[in-house]
Amino acid sequence: MDVFGIPIQALMGQLMLGIVNGSFYAVMSLGLAIIFGVLKIVNFAHGAFFMLGAFTAFLLAQHLGANYWTTLLVAPLAVALFGMLFEWLFLRRLYGLDPIYGLLLTFSLVLVLEGGFRVAFGSSGQPFATPEALQGAINLGFMYLPVYRGFVIVAALLICLVTWFVIERTALGASLRAATERAELTQAFGINVPRLVTLTYGVGVGLAGFAGVLAAPIFHVNPSMGSSLVIIIFAVVVIGGLGSIMGAIVTGLGLGVVEGFTRVFYSEFSSTIVFLVMVLVLLLRPAGLFGREEG
Amino acid sequence: MQLRYLTWPLLAVGLLALLAVPFFPQVVYIVFVMKALCFVLFACAFNLLLGHTGILSFGHAAFFGTGAYVTGHLVKTYGLPTELGILAGGLVAALLGAVIGALAIRRSGIYLAMITLAMSQLVFFFFLQAPFAGAEDGLQRIPRGTFLGVLDLNNDTALYYVVVGIVGGGLWVVWRTVNSPFGHVLRAIREHEPRAISLGYPVARYKVLVFSLSAGLSGIAGSLKAIIFQLAALYDVHWHTSGDVILMTLLGGMNTVFGPAVGAAIVAALNHYLDPFGAWVTVIIGVVFMACVLTFRQGVVGELSRLLNRRRIAPLRQPAGRRTRAHH
Amino acid sequence: MSAKSPIKAIALSSAALAMGTACSAMASNGFSDDVVRIGVLTDMSGIYTDLSGEAAVEAVRMAVEDFGGEVGGVPIEVTYGDHRNRADTGASRAREWYDSEGVDMINDLSNSGVALAVAAVADERQRHAIVNSSSNIGLTNEYCSPYVTHYTYDAHSLAHGTGKSIVEDGGDTWFFLTVDFAFGVGLEEQVSEVVREAGGEVLGAARHPLNTTDFSSYALQAQASGAEIIGIASTGADAINAINALSEFGVSPDQRPAALLLWYDDIESLGLETAQGLLLTNAFYWDANEETREFSERFYERTGRMPNMAQAGNYSSTMHYLNAIEAAGSDDPDAVSKQMRELEINDFFAKGGHIRPNGRMVHDQYLWEVKAPDESEYDYDYLRLVTTIPGEEAFQPLEDSTCHLLDNDE
Repeated sequence: MDVFGIPIQALMGQLMLGIVNGSFYAVMSLGLAIIFGVLKIVNFAHGAFFMLGAFTAFLLAQHLGANYWTTLLVAPLAVALFGMLFEWLFLRRLYGLDPIYGLLLTFSLVLVLEGGFRVAFGSSGQPFATPEALQGAINLGFMYLPVYRGFVIVAALLICLVTWFVIERTALGASLRAATERAELTQAFGINVPRLVTLTYGVGVGLAGFAGVLAAPIFHVNPSMGSSLVIIIFAVVVIGGLGSIMGAIVTGLGLGVVEGFTRVFYSEFSSTIVFLVMVLVLLLRPAGLFGREEG
Repeated sequence: MQLRYLTWPLLAVGLLALLAVPFFPQVVYIVFVMKALCFVLFACAFNLLLGHTGILSFGHAAFFGTGAYVTGHLVKTYGLPTELGILAGGLVAALLGAVIGALAIRRSGIYLAMITLAMSQLVFFFFLQAPFAGAEDGLQRIPRGTFLGVLDLNNDTALYYVVVGIVGGGLWVVWRTVNSPFGHVLRAIREHEPRAISLGYPVARYKVLVFSLSAGLSGIAGSLKAIIFQLAALYDVHWHTSGDVILMTLLGGMNTVFGPAVGAAIVAALNHYLDPFGAWVTVIIGVVFMACVLTFRQGVVGELSRLLNRRRIAPLRQPAGRRTRAHH
Repeated sequence: MSAKSPIKAIALSSAALAMGTACSAMASNGFSDDVVRIGVLTDMSGIYTDLSGEAAVEAVRMAVEDFGGEVGGVPIEVTYGDHRNRADTGASRAREWYDSEGVDMINDLSNSGVALAVAAVADERQRHAIVNSSSNIGLTNEYCSPYVTHYTYDAHSLAHGTGKSIVEDGGDTWFFLTVDFAFGVGLEEQVSEVVREAGGEVLGAARHPLNTTDFSSYALQAQASGAEIIGIASTGADAINAINALSEFGVSPDQRPAALLLWYDDIESLGLETAQGLLLTNAFYWDANEETREFSERFYERTGRMPNMAQAGNYSSTMHYLNAIEAAGSDDPDAVSKQMRELEINDFFAKGGHIRPNGRMVHDQYLWEVKAPDESEYDYDYLRLVTTIPGEEAFQPLEDSTCHLLDNDE
C-alpha cells in the first residue's frame, strides 16, 4: 500500500523517527514553558543550555571517565545549578519589567556561552559514543530502530511525566502554581517565592541540559548545536499555549512528527513548517492549542 | 526639558560631523559610516513600532532584507535606475509590512512577536529558494549606477552624500510622524489601548499604517545597504538581523526618537572594531549587552536625558495635555 | 608600464585625492608604499573557525617568516580580520583594507558568499585576493578577474575527485543527501553529471535545510533508495550529523557513504570508529610525504593542530604571491598577476602547480580513505591514499570556463 507514492511501511518508520525527534522538542519546550509560566521571561538561552548539557556530558566522560548514566544524572544538575546562579545573580533584577529585557539578557548569555565554548573547544565539535548497553537495533517489523533512539523516547517521556506530576500533583507544585497566579499572596502565606522562582529556572534549564545529554550520542556536539533549535522551541511552546505544561509536551511530540513527514514530502521546507503551523494556530486559536484564553 | 535644549545643537554637530566624514579618511572609514547609517535608519524605523506604539516585532529582518533583494534584483537584472530601485525596495517592503502587520495586530504582546517571527521565517524561506537570490552566495555584483542619471555612485564620496541625504530624509519622516497628531494617537495606543478605542480611534487601522511605514523605511535601509555593498545576502533576512535591530533599539533607548540611532552606531562599531580580539569577539559583545541591560536600561540616550533631567519626575512622557491635540 | 587605461588611472588618482590619502595611489614600478601588506580575512568567531580562523593567520605568518620577512627590500606585514560569515562585513573590511590601509593581497576567504563579495571588490579595486577555503566555481567563471586566484580546491575538483573515482571503482548507483544551499545543490548536480557520464545512475536526492540536526529520516530515505553510494553534499556539522545517522541506522554493507567535502577536522570530530572507510577528496594531508610532514610538524608546534588543506593552501599561496612579487620586482598588481600566472608552484603543497588565466590554480588532488581505529598507529594518523587525481582531470577544462578573460565565446 502506498501513500503519495511512498510505501506505508516507510511512513510508519518516519512516524517513529518523528516521535524520537519530537521527544527532544517535548523536553525542551516543557522547560521553556515552565520558565515562562513562572518567570514570565522568554528564555532565549534555552538552546545554549541544551548545548551546555551536551558539552558537560562530553567533558565528564572525557576527563573524568564518567559513564553515560552518571553523566545523564550529573550534567543536567550542573546545568541547573549554573542556571540558578545566573537567575540569582542577574535575571531576578529584571522581574516586573517589560519581558523584552529578559529576552535581551538571556540572548546575551547565548553569545557568552556559545562564544566561550568556541574559544575553549573550537568550532568543529566532539565525538560522543553511544553507551554500550544501548547499541544495536530492534526490529519493529516496519523498520530497524536503533536501541538508543528507543531509549530517547522512553527517557524523554518519563522526565516529562515526572515534571508534570510534580507540578500538578504535589505540594511543591501547588505552591508553584499559586506563585504563578498570585505571587504576592503566595508570599504572604509564608512561601519563599524568590527561592521558588530560582528553583523553577533551574528545573527549566536543567530539562534543556537533560535533552542535551540525550542528544550527545546522536547529534554532533558543537558550540552552535542549540542556536537554530531555540526559535523552533519558541514556536512549539506558543503553539501549545504559553505556560501550558501538557500543551508543550503534546505539541513537541506532534511537531516532531509533522516535521518528520515534511522531510519526506517537501524536505527543503522542513525547518520552516513549524512557523507556518504557528501562524495558522495563532490566527485560529489565539491562545494556542492548549492555552486558556484570557479575558 | 533640558535635553530638548540640547537636541538641536547636538543634531547640528552630528550633521556637521557626518558631512565632514569624507574629508577625514584616516579617522573613520567612509563605507563603515554608510553601513552604520543604514542601521541607524533601520533601528529608528523599527522603534516607530516598539518605542512609540508599544508593538514588539520580531520579524523586521523580513522588511530590511526584502528591500535589499528587491532593489538588488531590479537594478541588476532589469537595469532600473538606482533611485527607482531604492524606492521600489521601500514600497514592496511597505506592502509586505501592511500584510504582515494586518495579520500580526490581531494578537498582542508575545503572540504578536511570534507571528512576525513566523512570517519573517516564511519570507526567509522564499529568498532561500528564489533562484535569482543565489541562496547563501547572495545576490552579488549589484551595480551602483548613478543617482538621478548624473551622480556616479561608484565614487564612494558621491554615494556617501546620497546615503546621508536619504537616511536624513527617512529620519525626518520618523521624527515628523512621532510629533504629528498621528504619533500622539500611537502613543495613546501604547499607553492605554482600550481608551484609545473608546475615544473612537480606528486603532487597528492606525497600527497597520504605522507597521507599513516602519516596514517601508526598514526596506529603504536594506535597499541602501544593497547598493552600498553591491550585494544582498541571506543574513539580511535572517532572524538574527531581527534580533540585532531589537538590541540596537534597546541599547540606544526605545523611549527616545533618535536613541536607536545611537544604539545602531554602537552595535556597528562593536562589530567593526573588535576584530583584534579574534575568537573572543562574541563573548565581549555578549558581556557588553548584559552590562547594558543590567545597568542602564533606558538605553544610552535615555539614561543621558535622565541625568540631565534628574529633577523632573517623568521626563520622557509628553505632557498629558498635548494628547488632546490629536483629535481631528 | 601598467596596463591600466588612462581614464581609469585618472579616476583612481582623483578618487585617491578626494579621499585625501596617498597610500592608494600606486607607483608604476617599485613598491606602492614601502611595505607589502597581506590581510587574512577569515572566520575568527563562527562555525568555520577550526577550518580557517587563527590557524589560517598563523599559516600566512609562517610563509612570511620563511620568506625572510621582506621582499625586494621592503618589509611584509600581516594583518587579519573577521568576516563573521556575512558577505557585507567581509566586503566592507576588504574595501577598507584596499582603500585606506594599503593591503595588497587578501587571503583565505572561507564562506563562499564572502569570497564572491571580496572577489568583486578586488576586481574593482585592482588588488589581489586568493581564495583558499571556499568552493564556488563562479570565481573562475562568470566572476573571474586577473586579480583573483582560486587556490586549493573547488566544487569541480571535489565532484570529479570523489565522484569519478568511486564510479570507476564500481559504485554506480547514487543517492544524495544534499544541503539545500547553492553549494550543496551545485555539488550534487556536478557529481550527478560525472556519475551519468561514467555510466552510473542517480536514484534520487533528499535536500535538507542547513543546520539540520536529526538526519534519521534521511538515513531511512537513503536506505530505501537501495543506492550503492550515498553521496553527502554538505560540510561541517551537517555532514557529520549525516554520517553519524547513516552509521547509526546501519547502512548495510552494500551501501557506502561518500563525503563530497569532508575536512580533516571533521574526521577528528566524527572519530575513526564512525568515520572509517569514508572516501574523501582533499588537496593535502599532513602525513602524505616527508615534505608535508616537515611543514605540518612546524605548524603543529605553533598552533597545536595539524594543518588542513586550506591552511596548507594559505601558506603555499602566500609564498607563491611573494615569489611573484620578487620576480616582478614590484608589488604592482598587474605585474604580480602576470608573474603569478607564469611561475610554477613547486613546494610541499603542489608539484608543478600553475595558475590558469582565469585564476584557477591547477594541481593534483587526492582521494583518501579514512583508516579503521586499529590501523591508526599514532596520533593524527587518519588517512590512507587511494588514488591521485591529476590536476588537469580534477579541475574544470579551461575551454568550459565562461571567464571573460579567455576568448572561449569567440
